[in-house]
Amino acid sequence: MEHITTPKVENVKLLDRYMNRKAANGTLYLTATHLIYVEASAEVRKETWILHHHIATVEKLPLATAGYPLLIHCKNFHVAHFVIGQERDCHEVYTSLLKLSQPVKPEELYAFSYNPKMSKENREVGWKLIDLKVDYQRMGIPNDYWEITDVNKDYEVCNTYPPEIVVPRAANKAVVIGSSRFRSRGRIPVLSYLYKENNAAICRCSQPLAGFSARCLEDEQMLQAIREANPGSPFMYVVDTRPKLNAMANRAAGKGYENEDNYDNIRFKFIGIENIHVMRSSLQKLLEVCEMKSPSMSDFLTGLENSGWLRHIKAVMDAGVFLAKAVKDEKASVLVHCSDGWDRTAQVCSLASLLLDPFYRTFKGFMVLIEKEWIAMGHKFSHRCGHLCGDPKEVSPVFTQFVDCVWQLMQQFPCTFEFNERFLLEIHDHVYSCQFGNFLGTCHKEREDLKIFEKTHSLWPFLLQKKQELRNPLYRGFTAYKDLQPNTLPFSFQFWCGMYNRFDKGMHPKQCVLDHLLSCVSQKVKLEDSASELENKLPFLDGPLPSDGCSLSKVGPAASKTPMVNTPQGYEGDPPPALSNGATGGDGDVLSDVDQRNKENLSPHQDLHSHTIEVVDSETKEGKPRHH
Amino acid sequence: MVEIPASDMPLETQQFGTHTGTALPLHPAGLSQGERAALSVCLSVSTDLQPALTPPPLLPPPARLAGSSGTITLRCKDLKVLQLEIPGMEECLNIASSIEALSSVDSVMMMYPFFYRPQSLRLEEGWHLFPLEQYFQQIASQTSQWRLSDVNRDFTTCPTYPPAVIVPAAVGDEALRKVARFRQGGRFPVLSYYHPRNGTAMLRSSQPLTGPNRKRCREDEMLLGTVLDEGERGFVIDTRSVQAAKQARMTGGGTEPKSSYPQWKRLHRPLERGRPLQESFIKLVEACNDTSINMDRWLSRLESSRWLSHVKAALSTACLAAQCLDREEASVLVHGAEGTDTTLLVTALAQVILDPSCRTLVGFQGLLEREWIQAGHPFHLRCSRSAYSHARLKQEAPLFLLFLDCVWQLSRQFPFSLEFSERLLLTLFDNAYASAYGTFLCNNEKERCLCKVKETTHSLWAWLNEPSEKKKYLNPLYSHNALVIWPSVEPQSIQLWQGLFFRWIRSSQHLDEAWAEIQRLVEGDDAPIKGNAGKRLSRSLSDPAARTENER
Repeated sequence: MEHITTPKVENVKLLDRYMNRKAANGTLYLTATHLIYVEASAEVRKETWILHHHIATVEKLPLATAGYPLLIHCKNFHVAHFVIGQERDCHEVYTSLLKLSQPVKPEELYAFSYNPKMSKENREVGWKLIDLKVDYQRMGIPNDYWEITDVNKDYEVCNTYPPEIVVPRAANKAVVIGSSRFRSRGRIPVLSYLYKENNAAICRCSQPLAGFSARCLEDEQMLQAIREANPGSPFMYVVDTRPKLNAMANRAAGKGYENEDNYDNIRFKFIGIENIHVMRSSLQKLLEVCEMKSPSMSDFLTGLENSGWLRHIKAVMDAGVFLAKAVKDEKASVLVHCSDGWDRTAQVCSLASLLLDPFYRTFKGFMVLIEKEWIAMGHKFSHRCGHLCGDPKEVSPVFTQFVDCVWQLMQQFPCTFEFNERFLLEIHDHVYSCQFGNFLGTCHKEREDLKIFEKTHSLWPFLLQKKQELRNPLYRGFTAYKDLQPNTLPFSFQFWCGMYNRFDKGMHPKQCVLDHLLSCVSQKVKLEDSASELENKLPFLDGPLPSDGCSLSKVGPAASKTPMVNTPQGYEGDPPPALSNGATGGDGDVLSDVDQRNKENLSPHQDLHSHTIEVVDSETKEGKPRHH
Repeated sequence: MVEIPASDMPLETQQFGTHTGTALPLHPAGLSQGERAALSVCLSVSTDLQPALTPPPLLPPPARLAGSSGTITLRCKDLKVLQLEIPGMEECLNIASSIEALSSVDSVMMMYPFFYRPQSLRLEEGWHLFPLEQYFQQIASQTSQWRLSDVNRDFTTCPTYPPAVIVPAAVGDEALRKVARFRQGGRFPVLSYYHPRNGTAMLRSSQPLTGPNRKRCREDEMLLGTVLDEGERGFVIDTRSVQAAKQARMTGGGTEPKSSYPQWKRLHRPLERGRPLQESFIKLVEACNDTSINMDRWLSRLESSRWLSHVKAALSTACLAAQCLDREEASVLVHGAEGTDTTLLVTALAQVILDPSCRTLVGFQGLLEREWIQAGHPFHLRCSRSAYSHARLKQEAPLFLLFLDCVWQLSRQFPFSLEFSERLLLTLFDNAYASAYGTFLCNNEKERCLCKVKETTHSLWAWLNEPSEKKKYLNPLYSHNALVIWPSVEPQSIQLWQGLFFRWIRSSQHLDEAWAEIQRLVEGDDAPIKGNAGKRLSRSLSDPAARTENER
């Protein structure tokens, strides 16, 4: 590792934002993939792991009394404030981290070196776990109106689309090719979701190259074909998810939006979701609010309002709700685009699918949804997440916003998702971790060129292995709810503390309902399992997923110890009341267990890659009795 | 008073939001149980009902062609808004004035609890569930430093205290009377909570009447002196700002000066009360009911209502009091000015934080009885009109609601530690403002005696503790937690109490289903399974592999 000049620095302090207690000394290690900080304290062994790819910024702050401060901001919203004794050490760690966190070549990404000791066959099976064709079959495609075509097999139509796309049968190759010349980057209208019950479809594309007056016969025929694929409705919606002003400005550059006069029976509509630059600065402002030191309630609420973050989340949700309603209630097909049709369009289409179809609210379905609407359709993860050293203006929290919207839905509909909040956080972590191949590159073609299917692992099998701890114990099953109609009044949108202040444990509820319920469920499952095992000597699981249930035994005992943290706080003076970085006892056990494995092969294959682990001996913790 | 005794006309009611309405017969004297619902609507209506007469609809149904119709908007104290469309202008006006009159009964004795006679309850039930004597016995079993005094048995020493109070054993009744004359409204320092492990005490009182001439009272100094041992330090938590406390001297009030109370350190933690707090409540409810506002406007109105700031301040101050008792091992005296509002907010909340026995269903009722009702929080004055009243009532202020909100915040941060559920808090809110029961009537025990509340009305506790009723208020996740529950008071940890402020605006169907599911999951976890799982648990905990990781 040519970037690591100092692999180990001693006498490093990790400051805690909330605890008044004197920061203990520890040792900081730089490995090929992680920064690891080990606190050298007698009673508490505390490790902090930060994956290099998760590091967003590294800053050297002015000299403090204790030494040279180094402030690290992570893409998963972890903030670590180290103080290093020697200036030279600090500078070397700083320069190493700058390089390690910003690889230049794709081959340097973690996924290419990550080796979970898995057989070649299993790795290949992993990549086949999600098959989009199966999802189209589920929608009833191919059918009389829609077909799966390989017209894009050599990326001639569009180099950011996958080889196989779904288009109306009525649109022949000439129409497809013609339309692609009239759409920005050739991103023609293709099917995103077909609502089987009434044949209304959600389709997606990029903006038309309409300028002030240009037309394209094939593009008009394409839209007609989409409309006619839904014979039940005399019209279709064309939704431009941009603010009208932005769309109009694009006309001057020869792009723009559909002229209602040129297309038969379309209803054109703008939904003002702001662009990636606005979203980036909004998140920046939100994070500044989250990091404020002892803010008053007013500071926080004013900051939250000024960040505009919840306004943007609501805009995305509103658009998703509009699509779902158009399809379900008005039985009309919808064509959605923004500029290139890979950011806002992906958010809105995937949300609408999630609202309409309970399948996407299962583990498998959610994976399919991300593979389909985000990965296959060319959301530029590599650019938006800043995987490689590149243009910072391309970075934007588009996927984060989608995950936030899903979380908002979970708050309103607690029994409708098969998975829990941690599943969302895991996915969000791995979108940035570059540990798995799924989110590398910007489109299917690029992933082929990078040979990710040959050289890297897919995330999904690894998440399924952890299914027991990622499931929602309140899930009432696939058939309990059909479409969701969320309340979109402003008060229904909440600040997601578990995401943006995820590592400030002291802010979270001190007792975890999820853990408790998971342990109830796993105890039941275990009992039912052993009962059925006894009943029939031949246990038969219904369509088991790879190693499904193997982690069962792991979650049970750890989670069933109801985490109880009661922490004394300094209510007087500075810093302010009531926060401590208390990891729960139960959590600690789970993490340390995973961590043990991580350390054994130094290629952790399971968990969060920057987390704080506190293994607290139950007796030493302030001599207080532990609950349960 | 009643213009139309029973309207036979179909009343179209339209409830605000998604809740579907039902036609409500407006029986004014419905005293039987079946008609309770109807009456409580009348009772809980604010004076501010608006008989807004609407012109006939553009396309009137045939039956209504001849006449016109009117709409009555009822803004209820539980924050519900009802619209009644009533055919016939005259009927509408009559009904409106009847409701107006019935909802603004001035005399306490004319209020519903004096007429409400449910068959399942006996009148005397529930009134003596929480005698102070019993509470005192617990303390007396641990220390002899305190005694039960009946100095106030005829309410002459302090008209807003109950007949019995707990005071330092070393102070005689004569001295107490002198101290009472030195404290506003006679509210001399009494024991609010005894911390059994540390032997420290939380007292409450009103402000001392030091006045501009820095008057002193030997007995007052002596009383507070006896609470502390030599060399010990105590804290006076004054719920006013330094400035406000200073200003109070001009009008005869003040604080304990360092020179006269050398062992006591004063901490000022200003908490809002009175008109500003009521305005905060009104502003918040207005913002919640405005469904047309966008996100930015909503957040800015939430902020400018300042309600959540008050929640944060109340929780922080209660934590401070609890911390003094539990961590600093110091005794505390809490007071503001009158000692009937923010004082009780802090002392009651601190006990919920500190003491697991206050977190049970019955223990919480006892706490409310001791620290709010008997302690003389003027419910009649503070909780008379709720959020919709435009009348500028000088005495109206939602301190009790603020307390319930803070308890809700605790229940959110410690979902296993309170035996009761959100539903109890909502029921208490409803009953504090409009009730069929006498529990929250009047302003203090003296008034309750005069009105014979305990003899002629039913106790809310009797009803809540009926087995069929009780189980509705239990938290399925409850598991006894002996520890102190220190909440986080960071803004990120404090949420708007949607279950209260949006109760009639949003649908709670999905959240109710989630609770039903939780109930099902937890209850499935019953005896035989537990036994089994327990064995498994202990086996895996003693697993050697697990040990090594813990010791790592």
